Amino acid sequence: MPIILTEAEAKALLQKVLKYSKADECEINLSGEQRGNIRYARNEVSTSGGITNQNLTVQSSFGKKVGTASIDEFDEASLEKVVQRAEELARLAPENPEYIGVLEPQTYVQSKGYFESTANVNPDKRADAVAKSLQQTRDKKLVGAGFLDDVHGYSAMMNSKGLFAYYPSTNVNFSLTVRTEDGQGSGYVIRGFSDFDKLNTETATQIAVQKCLGSVNARALEPGKYTVILEPTAASVLLENIFFNLDARSTDEGRSFLSKPGGKSKLGDKIVDERVTIYSDPANAELPASPWSGDGRPQAKTNWIEKGVVKNLAYSRFWAKEKGVKATPFPNNLIMAGGTSSLEDMIKSTKRGILVTKLWYIRTVDPQTLLLTGLTRDGTFFIEDGKIKYPVKNFRFNESPIIMLNNLEALGKPERTVSTESDRNYLIPPMKIREFTFTSLSDAV
Amino acid sequence: MNRRDFMQLTGMSAGALMLPTIPVMGRNVSPEALLENALDVAVKKRLADAALNAANAKGATYADIRIGRYLNQFVVTRENKVQNITNTESYGVGVRVIADGCWGFAAVVDAKSEAQTAKAAEEAVAIAKANAKLMKEPVQLAPQKGFGEVSWKAPIKQNAFEVPIKEKVDLLLSVNDAAMKNGANYVNSVLFQVNEQKYFASTDGSYIDQDIHRIWPIFNVTAIDPKSGKFETRQSLSAPMGMGYDYLQANPTDSIKGITTRYNTGYDMLGDAVSAARQAKEKLTAKSVVAGKYDLVLDPSHLWLTIHESVGHPLELDRVLGYEANFAGTSFATLDKWKAGDFKYGSPEVTLFADKTQVGSLGAVGWDDEGVDTQKWDLVKDGVLVNYQAIRDQVHIIGEDHSQGCCYADSWSSVQFQRMANVSLAPGKTPLSVEDMIKDVEKGIYIIGDGSFSIDQQRYNFQFGGQLYYEIKDGKIAEMLKDVSYQSNTQEFWNSCTKICDERDYRLGGSFFDGKGQPSQSSAVSHGSSTTRFDGVNVINTARKI
Repeated sequence: MPIILTEAEAKALLQKVLKYSKADECEINLSGEQRGNIRYARNEVSTSGGITNQNLTVQSSFGKKVGTASIDEFDEASLEKVVQRAEELARLAPENPEYIGVLEPQTYVQSKGYFESTANVNPDKRADAVAKSLQQTRDKKLVGAGFLDDVHGYSAMMNSKGLFAYYPSTNVNFSLTVRTEDGQGSGYVIRGFSDFDKLNTETATQIAVQKCLGSVNARALEPGKYTVILEPTAASVLLENIFFNLDARSTDEGRSFLSKPGGKSKLGDKIVDERVTIYSDPANAELPASPWSGDGRPQAKTNWIEKGVVKNLAYSRFWAKEKGVKATPFPNNLIMAGGTSSLEDMIKSTKRGILVTKLWYIRTVDPQTLLLTGLTRDGTFFIEDGKIKYPVKNFRFNESPIIMLNNLEALGKPERTVSTESDRNYLIPPMKIREFTFTSLSDAV
Repeated sequence: MNRRDFMQLTGMSAGALMLPTIPVMGRNVSPEALLENALDVAVKKRLADAALNAANAKGATYADIRIGRYLNQFVVTRENKVQNITNTESYGVGVRVIADGCWGFAAVVDAKSEAQTAKAAEEAVAIAKANAKLMKEPVQLAPQKGFGEVSWKAPIKQNAFEVPIKEKVDLLLSVNDAAMKNGANYVNSVLFQVNEQKYFASTDGSYIDQDIHRIWPIFNVTAIDPKSGKFETRQSLSAPMGMGYDYLQANPTDSIKGITTRYNTGYDMLGDAVSAARQAKEKLTAKSVVAGKYDLVLDPSHLWLTIHESVGHPLELDRVLGYEANFAGTSFATLDKWKAGDFKYGSPEVTLFADKTQVGSLGAVGWDDEGVDTQKWDLVKDGVLVNYQAIRDQVHIIGEDHSQGCCYADSWSSVQFQRMANVSLAPGKTPLSVEDMIKDVEKGIYIIGDGSFSIDQQRYNFQFGGQLYYEIKDGKIAEMLKDVSYQSNTQEFWNSCTKICDERDYRLGGSFFDGKGQPSQSSAVSHGSSTTRFDGVNVINTARKI
């Protein structure tokens, strides 16, 4: 049997497994993926590999007693064994008061996240893409270190109430750090696509090269509050800390930045500038995502923050039932609306500020205020009178993305980017922020 | 599994799951399956030989194979509920080769036949050959003698996987109950157990069978002031250890009394939960720190993370050379500083050493993941930089002909590379207790437990928080503080070290989730120290309003 199953093959396999079930309810999740990567450093390939994985997970329940078992072998005996094992575990388990039962069949939106171009990548094609990058750094006597990682696979599920879902997807991420041989300059670029044909390692490399050469002889500025332009990847690592914390339960329990005194929440409150709208949409053509969540709930277009106001929080089905509200699942993608101006336009309109290519080592300092710390890296430049004047030494910041989005000056055109902290892809605009708090200088290049 | 996934799985992060399904490493299995015997060593040798022979036949000049069975068990609870009991097993094979002078790697899940391991070897050779065309200089591998058929087993007293689930659940629920009775509004607790059964074979003639155990009991207590809506947390002061369930069967001598109880090689989880609940409440009304310069007295439960970030990482040779430039970064501790022989990494009090042999530590093994016998060596001696951490394809760069034995892969499916050894601060040579150290401090802060942490990509500028902060005034511990973080520069910080308590206070801290590499891999590592004093460190106030 191939690792990547078609919809018909996945359905047939799931039906076969379901026939073994003797439990009150049964839910099966199935997935398979093929992954390939090349890693290079010092202008040389360092490691590379290919990994194949598949998994079938069975959740069986008797009343509120639930058991789960998984297997990665798909022969008849193994499939029967995994169902039996889940049922044995369910019989032994204590009652789970938070178990809600499996869902009725659902309807899902269409989302095209699978591209043959990515599925057909082989070691030679991967090496060719990297060669286009390496050639530039070698020719220019610079030092390249990068990573190209592509994956194609599918996920599917079926339950005893007749729900069936299938979603094939592909992705490629490419990142590159270019440094001068003396270590005095460093530039970065990162790209993420569902369609391998959209990845141009040659033009991406040109950006990192330009940033590297431009970052040599950085000057030290005093730490303090500055207007910054955050490129999309720099913004994403701050914003995803909002995304990760959209959970209704911890908000209702009083231990979230979205909690208010007396057990209340900020749902319905304006928490950031009114130009901020953050939503999820599995059918977005630029950032397609699975139209269903792991428990089979449909993913619909959902506004999380609309014109600065918190519109939705994510609920487990249990917590939604407790609260008597719709069980909106955590989103599979996140998109921030923006304007039409390019990064270049935003620089032109800046009297005095700092352009930030990348932020690094982001950690929460205070979950109550979502205060984060981290540093700029691989391309930090001083802007004056609409022009990049000179590179500046890297800063440590202590800033909350909530405070930051209240100090919003302008949003550019959203683009697909990758978080350098979580590797997740987002659609996020470059943004200009006033009074961004840098607290110390770093000698790091 | 990485740090973020673990935080989400265990409810330790303030938020919760964004992922549609809980990410776990490997497949879920029944508890009994964790005790099933792995493949017989003779079978593993056959699978290994098939791969090594196939690699040779396809033209590889070197090959190694790791046959790995990785077992995990998580018991996850909150307040009076068991949220999750997850047992996972992951079995597979990873083959690494050098062909045409270039590395190649291929991994295959559930490989139990010689045909499968041979095929993986052939794929690894094909990848190596495809990439060789991009190569400028061939890999230089330090010679390594073969050890024949050998084995190593972690010296644990009680295998945690043999302890009934009920006993673990009862422990965690009693911990939660104790926290709730002492003022907690919420409590999450987790018991995380790991068993790595690893078989390594190489064309050097080694066949190494190893059995490694780790355990990490951890909790997080939350206290809320309903009027102000403020919340504070206090995490457990436990350390992840290379031990069995014996870590939880503590003797009174394992507890170190003081302003709060700290723990050595045995952990009183229940006692710590009582303290944590009271301290989380106390934090709600604690004094917000006044920013400025303070002398810091750092407990080993805190200092381990500062050692990890500011010593362990910058002295990894692959980072120094630029192999991690695109992700974890490079290092300020460049080769010229090492060659000079007089680079003052710290004050003369400071000796920092790497060690893959310490019993009970997370990094202890008999051989590393490329068949090198493990050892102990100095990195910083009396304040001066003297060495790095390096593996077989790097040691020639520092003029050595034998690897230091710190190569590791977090799974059969990950390629092995240089990982941090246990890196520790040697205890002070003259007798000094924590109490005596505090007596000399006029204006200081005593920090216990690890908190927020961040450091730049060359390891100069860092910022650390903790779990508990106490003001020291005129040689005495005054009141609890909050909103404390300190910012410093690695060389400046280690040169501000003035006193180190003696070996009686030496304890381990550590992490299961040291992240490095692309694709990112997690490694478990311990860091030992005694309580240490650093003078005149910059402390910032982290309170904000949103």
